[in-house]
Amino acid sequence: MKEKKNRKKAEEEQKVTSYRDDYPKWDNKTMKSTYKILAPDMLPWHFMIIEEVIRAEGYDLEILRNDGRKVIDEGLKHVHNDTCYPCLCVVGQYIDALHSGKYDVDHTALMITQTGGGCRASNYMPLIRKAIKNEFPNVPVVSVNFSGLEKDSSFDISMGLLLKIAYAIMYGDSVMWCYNQTKPYELEEGASDKARDEAVAYVTSFYKNHKGYAKYKKINQKIIDIFSAVKITDEKKIKVGIVGEIYVKYSYLGNNNLEKFLLSEGCEPVVPALMDFVLYCIVNTVNDHRLYGHSRAKAILYNLIYKFVHHMQKNVIKQFAKSRYEPLHDFDHIRACADKVINQGVKMGEGWLIPAEMAACAETGVPNIVCAQPFGCLPNHIAGKGAIRTLKNMYQDENIVAVDYDPSATRVNQENRIKLMLATARETFAREQAEAAAKKATDEPAKASR
Amino acid sequence: MSKLMGIDVGSTTVKVSVVDDQNNILYKSYVRHYAKVKETVLSELKNVRAQFGDEEYRASIAGSAGLGLSQRSGVNFVQEVQAAFIAIRQFYPDTDVAIELGGEDAKIIFVTGGTEQRMNGSCAGGTGAFIDQMATLLDITVEQMDEYALRAQKVYPIASRCGVFAKSDIQPLLNQGAAKEDISASIFQAVVDQTVSGLAQGRRIKGKVLFLGGPLYFLKGLRKAFKETLKLSDENAVFPDLAPYLMSVGAALHSVGVQPESIDKIIGRIESAKGADDIIVGKPLFESRQEYADFVKRHRATDLKFADIATYTGDCYLGVDSGSTTTKLIMITPDYRILWSHYQSNNGQPLDIVISKLKEFYSIVGDRVKIRASATTGYGEDLIKAAIKADFGIVETVAHFKAAMHFNPKVDFIIDIGGQDIKCFKIKNGAIDSIMLNEACSSGCGSFIQTFAKAMGMEIDKFAEKGLYAQKPVELGSRCTVFMNSSVKQAQKEGASVEDISAGLSSSIVKNALYKVIRVNSADDLGDNIVVQGGTFLNDAVLRAFEMETGKQVIRPGVAGLMGAFGAALHAMENQNETTTTISREELENFSYKSTSTNCHGCTSNCNINIIRFGDGRRFVSGNKCERGAGMKPASTELDIYAYKQERIQKCVDGTKGSMGKVGIPFQLGMYEQLPIWAGFFETLGFEIVLSDKSSRDLYFKGQHTIPSDTACYPAKLMHGHIESLLDKGVDFIFLPCESYNLDEHDSTNHYNCPVVAYYPELLKANNERLTEDNFMMPYIDLNMRKSCVHTLHETLKAHGYKFSRGQIEKALDAGFARLDSYHADVRAKADEILAKAAEQGKQTIVLVGRPYHLDAEINHGVNKLLTSLGLAVLSEDSVFSKGDIVTVNVLNQWTYHARLYRAADFVCHTPNVNLVQLVSFGCGLDAITTDEVRHIMEQNGKLYTQIKIDEINNLGVVKIRLRSTLAAIEENKAKEARAAKDAALKAALGVSQTPAQPQA
Repeated sequence: MKEKKNRKKAEEEQKVTSYRDDYPKWDNKTMKSTYKILAPDMLPWHFMIIEEVIRAEGYDLEILRNDGRKVIDEGLKHVHNDTCYPCLCVVGQYIDALHSGKYDVDHTALMITQTGGGCRASNYMPLIRKAIKNEFPNVPVVSVNFSGLEKDSSFDISMGLLLKIAYAIMYGDSVMWCYNQTKPYELEEGASDKARDEAVAYVTSFYKNHKGYAKYKKINQKIIDIFSAVKITDEKKIKVGIVGEIYVKYSYLGNNNLEKFLLSEGCEPVVPALMDFVLYCIVNTVNDHRLYGHSRAKAILYNLIYKFVHHMQKNVIKQFAKSRYEPLHDFDHIRACADKVINQGVKMGEGWLIPAEMAACAETGVPNIVCAQPFGCLPNHIAGKGAIRTLKNMYQDENIVAVDYDPSATRVNQENRIKLMLATARETFAREQAEAAAKKATDEPAKASR
Repeated sequence: MSKLMGIDVGSTTVKVSVVDDQNNILYKSYVRHYAKVKETVLSELKNVRAQFGDEEYRASIAGSAGLGLSQRSGVNFVQEVQAAFIAIRQFYPDTDVAIELGGEDAKIIFVTGGTEQRMNGSCAGGTGAFIDQMATLLDITVEQMDEYALRAQKVYPIASRCGVFAKSDIQPLLNQGAAKEDISASIFQAVVDQTVSGLAQGRRIKGKVLFLGGPLYFLKGLRKAFKETLKLSDENAVFPDLAPYLMSVGAALHSVGVQPESIDKIIGRIESAKGADDIIVGKPLFESRQEYADFVKRHRATDLKFADIATYTGDCYLGVDSGSTTTKLIMITPDYRILWSHYQSNNGQPLDIVISKLKEFYSIVGDRVKIRASATTGYGEDLIKAAIKADFGIVETVAHFKAAMHFNPKVDFIIDIGGQDIKCFKIKNGAIDSIMLNEACSSGCGSFIQTFAKAMGMEIDKFAEKGLYAQKPVELGSRCTVFMNSSVKQAQKEGASVEDISAGLSSSIVKNALYKVIRVNSADDLGDNIVVQGGTFLNDAVLRAFEMETGKQVIRPGVAGLMGAFGAALHAMENQNETTTTISREELENFSYKSTSTNCHGCTSNCNINIIRFGDGRRFVSGNKCERGAGMKPASTELDIYAYKQERIQKCVDGTKGSMGKVGIPFQLGMYEQLPIWAGFFETLGFEIVLSDKSSRDLYFKGQHTIPSDTACYPAKLMHGHIESLLDKGVDFIFLPCESYNLDEHDSTNHYNCPVVAYYPELLKANNERLTEDNFMMPYIDLNMRKSCVHTLHETLKAHGYKFSRGQIEKALDAGFARLDSYHADVRAKADEILAKAAEQGKQTIVLVGRPYHLDAEINHGVNKLLTSLGLAVLSEDSVFSKGDIVTVNVLNQWTYHARLYRAADFVCHTPNVNLVQLVSFGCGLDAITTDEVRHIMEQNGKLYTQIKIDEINNLGVVKIRLRSTLAAIEENKAKEARAAKDAALKAALGVSQTPAQPQA
């Protein structure tokens, strides 16, 4: 087999031609205090907290919350036809914001995350640069990544900040998880939203004060307590899992307010935790060693990180188990679920995490699932639509609808398909309720006779 | 108990049923609503009241267009598939599967063996609207189409995933003169194939099958196609009389639990349902009649003058543009006046039109006028040229450019929106600088408005006119027809008027052209001298929308719809010879032809070809992919690396019989690169290699029922057929590894595969029930990591009962890599040879770049042969990339195949007489990135970039036009360089000193 060599070595031997356009760079040192940083609302739940985390570090960060047709239209104008929908939404938010006149375009930067994976989503960065090049030539794009990409425009993330964000993701998950289990059942309209705001304010206060944010058990317990104070009915509702490509799974802009739609249909949306995605990425590095013999040292390190995060996750799950709320998925369980459906080697995009979450939902009483994906998403051909048949064979009541999101796919089309899934869900639900009632009826006389 | 009522509001029809408490159907109706949903529902309800008087009903609404109506009126809603299911259980309890085709939805319900209900995805044709659209294209009614289909002799393969694709398949058939009977049957077959693959997705349709919905009820040809494809007996194929109404009946049955209300109350609720506020509206096209009048006056200024055909005596020049949907003829006088012109929808027979119109022309002018020269252009250029013995045939892009130049010699941008295409050219220094054509999926052009006008029961002119003064044009988005269809559906549902929709469609078409085809960032990119043309721009609403969107005043010549023909006539005039070969009046009188379709047996492709025999004994062949079909000697493959590679890669398999067993290798996707490795590996270990069948449309159909995601690329979808063919061959196991990482060629920051190539084995295993742990070997390996790779292969083989030592595996893998290296070396050596020979023979070379599997003739549809037939030498990306520099690009360069593309582009930029054409598979998300980057590299170096999108459709006609346009532009550039060089030489000879270049300010 070929001698180990890398591009760097090849570059020394061969001529290199650059076709790179010039672009404004991000320099943390000089720009931190003078620039406003805009970030798209990719993860509404978590960004509520992360926004404050980064602001507390002295950055002037603003999460863009503009939406509507105008945003999509700007995206359509500035992004290639065949590029995926999330990219279009993100670019649309940026350009719409830059056009609004609210920002000094000579002192504004755009922030975007990059995973560096084998899915084209890693290319958002150059696509954004290209989209703004003509109109906003002085606006730098800042990359948030952990793969050593874009060295001349990377956001400076210290180990400390990384930890803070990791905790913030965990808290965001808890808030989202509690909210989704409270909102459908609240007796007083708006009580859950109030609880959410209170919980977010509580969490961010630790970051603002620069201490105590790592006391996750205390903070998590408080989040649970805040939501537990909301009065709820004991009515049973149909639970619907939302899985899929990370952007359309979490972003209301990407999924046409899917959570709200499900609520309006009288369902409880079950949105798996973002930490799952983080752990998925960590596990992939470990897997690269296991499957292909890639760096052992890296695998050991990542395994340690995994153990650390998973340990916290388990503690949080214990806290949930004592509350009135269903606990979050245990990531070890998700991995076990993955192994039943697909190989953990499928690691591009959301890869094996999608079927794993669908299986985990099925095993925790949530057989009804919306698998949300951008139209034409490549990894989803395999891990989304491609895995549904296997899942249906594994779980009897598995009821999955794959929904494509796209600038021109109409809401009516999407909602009609979701409604079809819900019709089946309601039938199964009614049958189960009847069976449970019948069981109760037969059990009670038996008890009485005892 | 009160009666039950169901109202099913579909995309095109309203169905109402009334059922009593004994489940007897008392009333049922079925009417088209022509987008007037609310009005139609109301009038139907009033009919119910007229029949049954003022009674109480328990009512539910179902259907895609009923959703909004239900929400706003408060009438109960039931999802339509659920409604159908309820009705099926009530009335046809022994059903196993139900298939329902509606206006714009297709559904399948598996009743037994695990209940499952499915609907088509958001990008799926194969529905009633699709059939309507195709009927419009054939210019027949749906009923006629049905009659024709029953008389069909043969079936052509037609894509039905999307109406736009199907059109691309049908149009060439029409232009070649294929029988409408056969095309009609092919359309129905396409719908069936779409249902079977797109909806059933791997689940077999068997047992008693119930066919529902309007199209299946009314169309016998469609029924027949379903029955035959699914191999159903008479008793198992049930076409119930209730079919069109079933969902409304189901909705009625579903209403049992609904509060009863008087019919007047229900009518009142629907009457008071308001249009929702959430449709987005744009600015009106014209604020006032005066504004419109001014607009019209401004554009009148660029009309050509007419010569009076009744009195004119003298010469004239004929131009014929045989387009995809229309045929255009023009006769011009030497002083550029229009003597006569004709513009007509093809109705499937362009040749007949041209002949009859020429006869008509002669009958008017008699011997007063003489045609001095003629030229043809467009899709049907060759056919018409042969038929009327025209002097010239020119590429349509060149024709359009010529015509535009006539109106504005400074023109720097031309946009032509025709029936089926959008074409844009940028002009620089008096030559076409770049050409942009719409890709398969963003068509939605002129013919779309036409289809829509028909759906609204209106003529196109009338429909477009309505939009001129619309106060609130609806924003319909900009994408392909199918998507626009559902946007329109939503707008209708929200209560938008026909006027608003018409105006919205006009804007959509413009936006589609600007943002999707040309992809402008701002109107300034277009230049200052814009000429717009094409039949669609004759529509004032579209023209106005274009001017509004760009903020520029443009020139629309009065002959906008005839520009191709006009350009051809100009070309004929400029290049006329002493005498013309054009068909004479006498010859015209005796003209006759016969068209037959057959299969060419020149090679194993067995292409469908059409032979037209003219009365004078000449013949014309179309539909052929190579010269062989036309009875000529094919161009030599000497300078075609694709032909070389196709043969060379197969030779990587020794064909030794081996004692260990038979390994099946699906020859598709990554195997087009790695076959040498695995052939070497397994043959060294003592296995026999069995390759899957050659890719073909038939092979695709063979595996179609196991495709879960039909928007994946064609190479991936073909993989399913390859697997089936191997399973049928009885191999011991099939080998297809999963590889996140491709081979590292040390020129990119990482070396991924695309997600589809990397993990397709997972999808195959999950969706083909014949694949098992035992017969399918899909190890996860990284070929760059020798130790782990050897380990994994060792373990995998061991698990399947093949015991080898580690040493044996290592040796085998080395043998495999040796074969790959020698394959690569040979391909590179061949490239050197071709380059040298091309230079020797003074030929231009095209590097046809793509991905390794674009080597497959079923995937590239023979583009390489087309190129050689045009007199070019052909290379591939893998044969030349190592000659290019290592490059740094704007985008992430972390895929092995992408790095090859960029380096090949670099090579092309630095090599004279070599140009680049990129092949892109439809649905390839990653190539959305690479195409822009390759274009960027080319343009930075002043080279032309041409992209060809390929899919299962096989429409070489369009590809040919595109390639010929590119060639014409290359020639033009070369000629210009030569002129410049000559000038410089002349100046030098005359001793004129060169003025030094001005330093840049």
